[in-house]
Amino acid sequence: MSYIPLEQHLPGITGLLEYRKDSGAPIRELTQILLRGESTLTAGERELIATVVSSRNECRFCTAAHTAAANILLENTDTVEAVKQDIDTAPVSDKLKTLLHIAALVQISGKAVTAEAITAAKQAGATDREIHDTVLIAALFCLYNRYVDGLATMTPTDPAFYEGLGQRLKQHGYNRLPQGYDHLKTKDNTLKSI
Amino acid sequence: MAYINVPEGVPGIRSLVLFRPETGKPLYQLAQVLLREDSPLTPAERELIAAHVSSRNNCRFCMESHAAAARCLYGTDKQIVDDVLNAPSRADLSPKMRALLHIAGKVQLSGKQVTPEDIAAAREQGASDREIHDTVLIAAAFCMFNRYVDGLASWTPTDPAVYEEMGLRMAKGYVLPKQTT
Repeated sequence: MSYIPLEQHLPGITGLLEYRKDSGAPIRELTQILLRGESTLTAGERELIATVVSSRNECRFCTAAHTAAANILLENTDTVEAVKQDIDTAPVSDKLKTLLHIAALVQISGKAVTAEAITAAKQAGATDREIHDTVLIAALFCLYNRYVDGLATMTPTDPAFYEGLGQRLKQHGYNRLPQGYDHLKTKDNTLKSI
Repeated sequence: MAYINVPEGVPGIRSLVLFRPETGKPLYQLAQVLLREDSPLTPAERELIAAHVSSRNNCRFCMESHAAAARCLYGTDKQIVDDVLNAPSRADLSPKMRALLHIAGKVQLSGKQVTPEDIAAAREQGASDREIHDTVLIAAAFCMFNRYVDGLASWTPTDPAVYEEMGLRMAKGYVLPKQTT
């Protein structure tokens, strides 16, 4: 049971963003720009950053949701699993490894990011914008993970829910659905994600 | 020196949003909504939550600037701010505000640290759903802002007068800085 009353048909973050829409709007806008806006990092790479941070914060809802989105965008399931286990041996570019390392340091604390970690990223070809966006995406997921777990939102256990959610995140990104979320209500209280 | 090429002589988050105004806009809007717009908590109480979380994250820029804003907003009661940061047991807080700051401190560690007992204790002191929600989200938001500011090693001024002036400006609200050329 979540600590505050939220819509039963909207687990995880969605119920929170609907509970207070005026704070939900800038959070959605920021996420859409960072994860789907113009960037030299692919949407799949940016979802990997979100997943690594959520996984290290042990936020099950965000980890499952962004794992699903990354799997769809990267068109495989091995990359995410490898990155969650060990960044250094994962099948991603050297530049992305250095950025994922920076994200992992941000998850611990802003102060944990060392000049050496930044130098390594720059030597691997990372631009200032890529470093900026990596730090801000990692910091944003430190917000999301705390928001979702700090209010004990419902975390579905059915993998099919997250597959559907991953599809929604691919198709619609992070914008509020134009029609809202009432179409996800079901008569028997089962959960729909798209 | 910041880790990326931000404008010189501009402190903290202001230098970062000048580097990337597109993400700066929703970041400033979020600060304005959470700390100034509609909430059952006063702007002073909300700035106190922000300063408390920033202090626990060792983010000096955010702690000093939000403490300065909170002192402005508390007015003659401004001693509360320094007591919460330095000697919390002595702070002249309402039991409700003390329970909410406790929740914010848990959020700073991890969302998972917030227990049903923490929430029940806040409710016993009269905290509403919205007050609990806003406390958790403000604390979570400062776990983002603090990491953004320190993760890119943005400039942290050391002169207290700089923060006093910042506090006066922040007390009026959060407006995205514009590049002066």
